[in-house]
Amino acid sequence: MNQNAVVVTNLEKRFGRFVAVNRVSFEVARGEVFGFLGPNGAGKSTTIRMLCGILAPSGGRGTVAGFDVRTQPEQIKANIGYMSQKFSLYQDLTVEENIDFFSGIYRLPREKKRERKDWVIEMAGLSGHRHSLAAVLSGGWKQRLALGCAILHEPPIIFLDEPTSGVDPISRRQFWDLIYDLSGRGVTVFVTTHYMDEAEYCNRLGLIYRGELIALGTPHELKVELATTTEAAGNAVVSDAARQSPPTPSALPTLEDVFVARIEAHDRMEQPEAEVQR
Amino acid sequence: MNLRRVSAVARKEVLHVVRDYRSLLMALATPAFLLTLFGYALTLDVDDVPMVVWDQSQTARSRELISRFASSHGNGPRYFSIRGYVSRYADVEKAIDRREAMMGLVVPRDFAQRIDAGRDAPVQLIVDGSDSNTATIAIGYADVVTQIYALDLTIEQNQRRGMPPLAIPLDVRPRVWFNEDLESRNFIIPGLIAVIMMVIAAMLTSLTIAREWERGTMEQLISTPVKPGELILGKLVPYFAIGMCDVLIAVLMSEFVFHVPLRGNVALLFGMSAIFLTGALAMGLLVSIVTKSQLLSSQVAVLTTFLPGFLLSGFIFTIANMPQAIRMVTYLISARYFVTILKGIYLKGVGLEILATEALFLIFYAAVMVVLARVKLKKKLT
Ligand SMILES: Nc1ncnc2c1ncn2[C@@H]1O[C@H](COP(=O)(O)OP(=O)(O)O)[C@@H](O)[C@H]1O
Ligand SMILES: [Mg+2]
Repeated sequence: MNQNAVVVTNLEKRFGRFVAVNRVSFEVARGEVFGFLGPNGAGKSTTIRMLCGILAPSGGRGTVAGFDVRTQPEQIKANIGYMSQKFSLYQDLTVEENIDFFSGIYRLPREKKRERKDWVIEMAGLSGHRHSLAAVLSGGWKQRLALGCAILHEPPIIFLDEPTSGVDPISRRQFWDLIYDLSGRGVTVFVTTHYMDEAEYCNRLGLIYRGELIALGTPHELKVELATTTEAAGNAVVSDAARQSPPTPSALPTLEDVFVARIEAHDRMEQPEAEVQR
Repeated sequence: MNLRRVSAVARKEVLHVVRDYRSLLMALATPAFLLTLFGYALTLDVDDVPMVVWDQSQTARSRELISRFASSHGNGPRYFSIRGYVSRYADVEKAIDRREAMMGLVVPRDFAQRIDAGRDAPVQLIVDGSDSNTATIAIGYADVVTQIYALDLTIEQNQRRGMPPLAIPLDVRPRVWFNEDLESRNFIIPGLIAVIMMVIAAMLTSLTIAREWERGTMEQLISTPVKPGELILGKLVPYFAIGMCDVLIAVLMSEFVFHVPLRGNVALLFGMSAIFLTGALAMGLLVSIVTKSQLLSSQVAVLTTFLPGFLLSGFIFTIANMPQAIRMVTYLISARYFVTILKGIYLKGVGLEILATEALFLIFYAAVMVVLARVKLKKKLT
């Protein structure tokens, strides 16, 4: 069995002539918390959807839990939990009814069903709200309930698409505690975000920008890499943000510096091409 | 196909329906409402035609004729109701213009003299032709009323002359003409049930899948191992139950409100309704699956059921009288078969031995719709 939970090679998605995901390649090891970072419209959701088997790729290859994203989407779906960017539980159903529905869909055995339901309700801190409609829950509660429903069947890999966007900082913190907890039990977590502080929590990061993967590595690797390239280039690439706290050999740049530098470098490479086209 | 998943989907769908109790009420009240509305409005019978009378003759003879217009025939409804007497043409015209009357009866001055002299005694009927259908029927009524009077006069005169009573070879009873027990309602209601069921069924399911796409819950659903067939079956079950309640309401109403005689087998009636309903519900689902938008889906569902249901099912317009091309199209309308079946069961009391072909078509249609919905429901985003 492959050691990698996710393997992607030159994966591509085009919508008409628009390239939303441009031949990205990366791997996610089992048990890893892999952060997929990028600004809005970069192609994060599109990538995650292809990996979940709900969007057909236009090109390239990918496997999730050893199954091919093109030919075995249904096998993938039995082995993953997916939490989409938009809250996607039933607002007119109560907390318990939502959980019951998904445990029916995942065919949990009767005993397991009770146990998992209690676990989700406890994990999400919803003990006092079992019979509240999902619609009336606060953002943090909704997100934790959605996570709970997506992992009722204890999948080995979970995909979370901007799970903490629009949630207060305390809830975000709690959510990340949950992610660590799951990761500690060997679950592979693939999470997209555009928060820099969340990027720091990930074991490994991929930076996607305009459909292209422009950086890949652990947070530490990425920072060290920037520090060395900037030294070599005489600080030429360092952004304004970085200049305010000039790097000393001991203090590494922040992840934000890394991404700004990468994006600027990418844009500089694109620019001449654009000029030529005009 | 896993029954636990089907039941999970069905339960969830029931919860949606229960939570949205207004639409549940709508689903149950709509057939009753439509049946009442069309049951009364679509009656092809005309009664209580308002009329004014200008009696220039003012004799026993003329009053006798007028009283025959005013009186009801047998225990049926009245065909005319006299709204007033006038003494000028201008007033007849005014009454018709103001829609106080549809008809003016003018009995000429020499009416009685002519009758007593055994001559022709014409009366004048002025009819508002702006509703030509009602006008034609009203003229027909007036024609019969005057002819019966003429017949009675002839008999009376013969008796007075000591001749033997006229032997009338044909006993033409006007009752048949007059449609005294409102037979057109008996004819319309069974067909109406079919059309209403078709519209309601498609409306019920046309929103379900589109709603999931619009709310984003479909993206979650398609990321689970649930199979399209399980989703479709699970979504059909609760609406099937509601649809059968609608059938029951319609059958009870036609029995107790409209007093349409049900001559055939009740079990067959419900069995056929179940098959028809399945096809109509699946067709609503199909529309929902293809459009992915609640607004578009409900519009398409109503358009594709209401118009063909009314125009091409043979419910009002006889299919045999349609042009060849349109007649071919009616074979594609499932309501056509259901209308035939319902009319057969209701009016003729016939069973499967006669209706087998129609029943097979309904089964075929339902199967095609379910399979199409199953094929079109893709667990993919586009
Ligand atoms: N179904 C679609 N049709 C056309 N364009 C799309 C579709 N889905 C996404 N896109 C486009 O692809 C790009 C990437 O979108 P997305 O993956 O949602 O970005 P992110 O999740 O990183 O914000 C965006 O420019 C978006 O407008
Ligand atoms: Mg996104």
